Amino acid sequence: MEIKVLGPGCANCKKMEEMAKQAVKELGIDAKIDKITDMREIMSHTMSTPGLVVNGKLKYSGKPLPPLDKVKELIKSEA
Amino acid sequence: MLKDFAAHMTYSVIGLARGTALGDALEFFIYDTIKIFILLAVIIYAVSIIRSFFPPERTKAILSNKKEFIGNILAALLGVVTPFCSCSAVPLFIGFIESGVPLGVTFSFLISSPMVNEVALVLLWGMFGWKVAGIYMVTGLLVAIVVGMVIGKLKLEKWVEEHVYTMQIGQTGDIAAMSWKDRFEHAKWNTVDILKKVWLYVVIAIGIGGFIHGYVPEDFLVKYAGPDNPFAVPLAVLLGVPLYSNAAGVIPIVYALMNKGLALGTVLAFMMSVTALSLPEIIILRKVLKVPLLAVFVGIMTVAIIAVGYLFNAIL
Repeated sequence: MEIKVLGPGCANCKKMEEMAKQAVKELGIDAKIDKITDMREIMSHTMSTPGLVVNGKLKYSGKPLPPLDKVKELIKSEA
Repeated sequence: MLKDFAAHMTYSVIGLARGTALGDALEFFIYDTIKIFILLAVIIYAVSIIRSFFPPERTKAILSNKKEFIGNILAALLGVVTPFCSCSAVPLFIGFIESGVPLGVTFSFLISSPMVNEVALVLLWGMFGWKVAGIYMVTGLLVAIVVGMVIGKLKLEKWVEEHVYTMQIGQTGDIAAMSWKDRFEHAKWNTVDILKKVWLYVVIAIGIGGFIHGYVPEDFLVKYAGPDNPFAVPLAVLLGVPLYSNAAGVIPIVYALMNKGLALGTVLAFMMSVTALSLPEIIILRKVLKVPLLAVFVGIMTVAIIAVGYLFNAIL
């Protein structure tokens, strides 16, 4: 599974990345997590960061930041 | 009922004597803390529900190809209700410009959003009354509208970085419609998230109001930055630029300054400058704006905020 966390690097984006890592660990899924900071690639998905892309699909974007349980649910739905 | 609870806690549970300075201070502190947190929770929750109807994609669609003036007014208002993380300023800017939102209208949005928000308004309301909150909201919107219009009139599109115009935007329109359950859920996350971020600042601000008030000589600041000093407003604005904080973080400082006798206009100008003009934001915007446009933006904002400060010092 391929997970991308979109965001130029603010506190919310870092939190989203941590949650994605934690979610993958707790779900026991084999996944590659990339932090995307390149504006071109971010814009190809959404203009509201932070964003969560799973297997090429935009699963979440913008505020409010979802809790860990929601991130787990979003990742699991693509597993 | 809240007052009774605060009195009960202070005099019966903690056991301070009635009529003492410490007892009064603690009673005020407990009462104000509970009042402001209830107010914050209710308003943030309500605003979050409203915000769920205005995702950035929708706001972008509303503003694209709008005429200036009407567009600036709409943009400033939408800035208040569109949820976006400060790190989204650059992608939002690109997205707006790409879909035909005029440059000045885009600025009105970007200016009003961090400056006028529910947290700032609730805190101003809770601590200084609804009039001050109302004044802050109206002038904040006016600054956003006027500065956006001036930038639009100056025709500065040539100073937007070229890559903004060549960016390919993904299909952002496919955000699934939210159900009411989703909206309530988002509002809950948002309320918890914001309260977690601001509670400490709020407690400090109320603490300043309850305990420090009256212990520091008032004439110190008044002497240097009081209503009689014509340089107080520009000084407050310049001091605010390198400081970077959200509205909640600046409230304790604002509260202390006002208690120490600074004029309301000076304090509001300081708060606007901290929230709307900040070095990190300027650095972020450099990714999409060339230096001359950035300088024009900072210059006009500074002038507008200073004007607001003088205006209120003159009429209040």
